[in-house]
Amino acid sequence: MSEHIIPAKTYYTIWVLLLILTGLTAWVATIDLGPLNTVVALVIASSKALIVVLFFMHVKYTSEKMTKVVIVSALFWLVILLALSMVDYGTRHFS
Amino acid sequence: MEQQKDAVTLGMWLFLATEIMFFGGMFCAYLIYRNWYPNEFAAGSRSIDLILGTVNTAVLICSSLTVALSVRAAQMGKRMLLVGLLILTMLFGLAFLGIKGKEWYDKYKEHHVPGASFDASDIAREYPQIPIDESHEQIFFSLYFAMTGLHALHMIIGLGIFTWLTVMAWKGRYGPEYHAPIEIGGLYWHFVDIVWIYLFPLLYLIDRKPLK
Repeated sequence: MSEHIIPAKTYYTIWVLLLILTGLTAWVATIDLGPLNTVVALVIASSKALIVVLFFMHVKYTSEKMTKVVIVSALFWLVILLALSMVDYGTRHFS
Repeated sequence: MEQQKDAVTLGMWLFLATEIMFFGGMFCAYLIYRNWYPNEFAAGSRSIDLILGTVNTAVLICSSLTVALSVRAAQMGKRMLLVGLLILTMLFGLAFLGIKGKEWYDKYKEHHVPGASFDASDIAREYPQIPIDESHEQIFFSLYFAMTGLHALHMIIGLGIFTWLTVMAWKGRYGPEYHAPIEIGGLYWHFVDIVWIYLFPLLYLIDRKPLK
């Protein structure tokens, strides 16, 4: 089999990193950063999601390009859903 | 076999793409209402238990580690290690649901479940700096229960899948040549973990700054 077996050490490193980021996001939420609090929380969450996808879900090691196409498409559809909805609601003038 | 495994993995990712849209609808509702009622979301978020939420996030991350290691155990043909890691994953999953159940029960006791007996006056009293409207506060808690509920439902389905995987692993069905079910079952589990990675800051960490 040409399948890549990822060293256990990589998994442990990612695990520790995810736990640190979890602690970080809970801690940083208690500091007043104004509107940046939400931005920081989402950046940390997205970093966590990214390393789960790349390492735990093996996307970094896959040779199948279609997998990446599917992931990027799914995120693109999600952005359409969220962004166009907000364009709609954001430009309505409620009394 | 290699090609079959690639096809199976791709199919799973396509399913996960539909799942992203499934949860996406809820995140969209969340986004719109949070923009309309920022105060109610801030106060509601403060009333949820931060410690339990953080612990639960860590529990799910640990379960994702054991899932990743179980794929590795299958690749190396270590049957007993695989079975052990799958069981450990399910224990983490059950611990998550237990903690989640405790949080829901607390909300039930506090009358924070949307419905006829909903009462957010305790939240208004606790955070007088944040003016809230009771009916809008119900919308926050409706979204809280809908989103964590849908996530918990996925966890329960995941536990079902992993029970089946454990039985098959025990029977010695998986090894270096064939372990696609472990791989795609794992993809599902990691996906559910990622949904929680977003739910945690969006529900628990909206407004934790010291109040002025």
